[in-house]
Amino acid sequence: MIEIRNVSHRINGTPILHDVTCDIPRSGITALIGPNGAGKSTLLNLVARLLPLEQGAIVVDGEDVSRTPSRDLALRLAIVAQQVGIASRLRVQDLVGFGRWPHHRGRPGPQDAAAVAEAISDFGLEDLRHRFLDELSGGQQQRAFVAMGFAQGTDWLLLDEPLNNLDMFHARALMARVHAQTRPSLDRPRSVVMVVHEINYAAGWADHIVALKDGQVSASGSPKDILTPATLSALFGMEIRVEQVEGRPLIMHHL
Amino acid sequence: MRPSYFLTIVTLTVLALVSVLIGAAPFDLRDIASDPEALRLLLVSRLPRTFAALLTGAAMAVAGVIMQLLVRNRFVEPGTTGTTEAAMLGLLLVTLAAPAMPIVGKMLVAALTALLGMGGFLVLIKRLPPEQPLLVPLVGLIYSGIIGAGTTFVAYQADLMQYLGVWMSGEFSGILAGRYELLWLAGAMAVVAYVAADQFTIVGLGRSTSVGLGLNYGQVMALGLVTVSMVTALVVVTVGMVPFVGLVVPNIVARIMGDNLRASLPVVAGMGAGMVLASDILGRVVRYPYEIPAGTIFGAVGAAIFLWLLLGKPANGARNA
Repeated sequence: MIEIRNVSHRINGTPILHDVTCDIPRSGITALIGPNGAGKSTLLNLVARLLPLEQGAIVVDGEDVSRTPSRDLALRLAIVAQQVGIASRLRVQDLVGFGRWPHHRGRPGPQDAAAVAEAISDFGLEDLRHRFLDELSGGQQQRAFVAMGFAQGTDWLLLDEPLNNLDMFHARALMARVHAQTRPSLDRPRSVVMVVHEINYAAGWADHIVALKDGQVSASGSPKDILTPATLSALFGMEIRVEQVEGRPLIMHHL
Repeated sequence: MRPSYFLTIVTLTVLALVSVLIGAAPFDLRDIASDPEALRLLLVSRLPRTFAALLTGAAMAVAGVIMQLLVRNRFVEPGTTGTTEAAMLGLLLVTLAAPAMPIVGKMLVAALTALLGMGGFLVLIKRLPPEQPLLVPLVGLIYSGIIGAGTTFVAYQADLMQYLGVWMSGEFSGILAGRYELLWLAGAMAVVAYVAADQFTIVGLGRSTSVGLGLNYGQVMALGLVTVSMVTALVVVTVGMVPFVGLVVPNIVARIMGDNLRASLPVVAGMGAGMVLASDILGRVVRYPYEIPAGTIFGAVGAAIFLWLLLGKPANGARNA
């Protein structure tokens, strides 16, 4: 479980998060939803110690994020941040291979090679494995970075807008893959926290939803409880209809 | 062995042999057993000069590639980011303040000012929008121009302009045994960089990815900055700057092999060494028995290669796999 307690954060003096307290359950997919500027990415970056914690506490499976050494945390928690300005000319296979770095620190073994091969095949990157990153499309790059996050083999995986640049085929494939790896019936189910903008992917695949608005948790719970016309209309500040299709909410936000 | 490593070693061996055989004084390798003068020439002049060119080229190419990964921009090198100019300024000031200081002390002062100069550059480019990567080298050129102008002013006032000329144009004709050995330190820095090759490659993926993988981002940045400033100061103090090496060589290698330093750093070092030595050999031959500085030759050739890199199409990565 990730316990977030009374976390407040400012960036350049602007308050982004105020007194956020919530729990993210172990195993399954947790979707962070909310309007632009709600603080979703900031919260994710704080959990992943990419930003220093200013106020409050974040505990991942009993380990305090601000006190656990970064190297140890890299074995429990992986983050795929939003990529800006990729300048590196690495082959896809080498990039995914660096996901194993926290485990081997320079001397990869057979289990590292196996994890890399698995991540490459899971995300349909076989044909691209020898291509350079800077020669790929945005969606292909995005898949390579997510595969790298998976290869890290951690219990927790944080994804900041993983569906960015993906077409519907790859977006669904990614969600299905993440869903399959997070089922509690597995020997070692993973727990994934992701920032999602296309809310129907949250409706279709998430087990748990945390809604943020203006730097505060406005609602959290199961998709059925959160994805209601009343809650969503208040969250996004517009009238939103919700239909039920095959027992799931279908959010008609685009009409 | 990788074909690229094999090619590098063969080329360097041939170039080193040619370099030993060419010079103003007559010399034949077969004489070294019988003629003590020939052996002396080899040990005092020809070999030191060859080693100096190789070490300079290798270290400067390595410094260039590290800088490009730290800054996450392909179009920077110590000479276009104020680092070289800051090293020269430091060297000039220490020459004025303490002319009797041993060369190692002067070099350390130059390394310190180079570090400060590079630090100033990093602070400057933090404010640039990341979606405009070409602003980084432009700002670097202006920044190094300003430091260079200040250095020239001080040198002019102190009547030390000829020193500046020596530091700015890489030249190997004055290299004798006893006058270049500091460069082995630059070579050693390049080897240290190879030990941390994976860390530098990860830093090139950005801070988020580095921290996410548990890397001590600040520590790797610091190691990189110290390596680059030490190499710059060592080269300025001993032979003078060879422009474009740190820019051109890493770009050529990255185009063919990519940025995974564990594989490419030996080739970067080898190509830097080979191109600088080849420039020096060319400089000895073109107006024989007079010489043209290697820095001048490389400046001309390097500028042409750089234009080709800017305008040419990137190679297809899959084909070179």
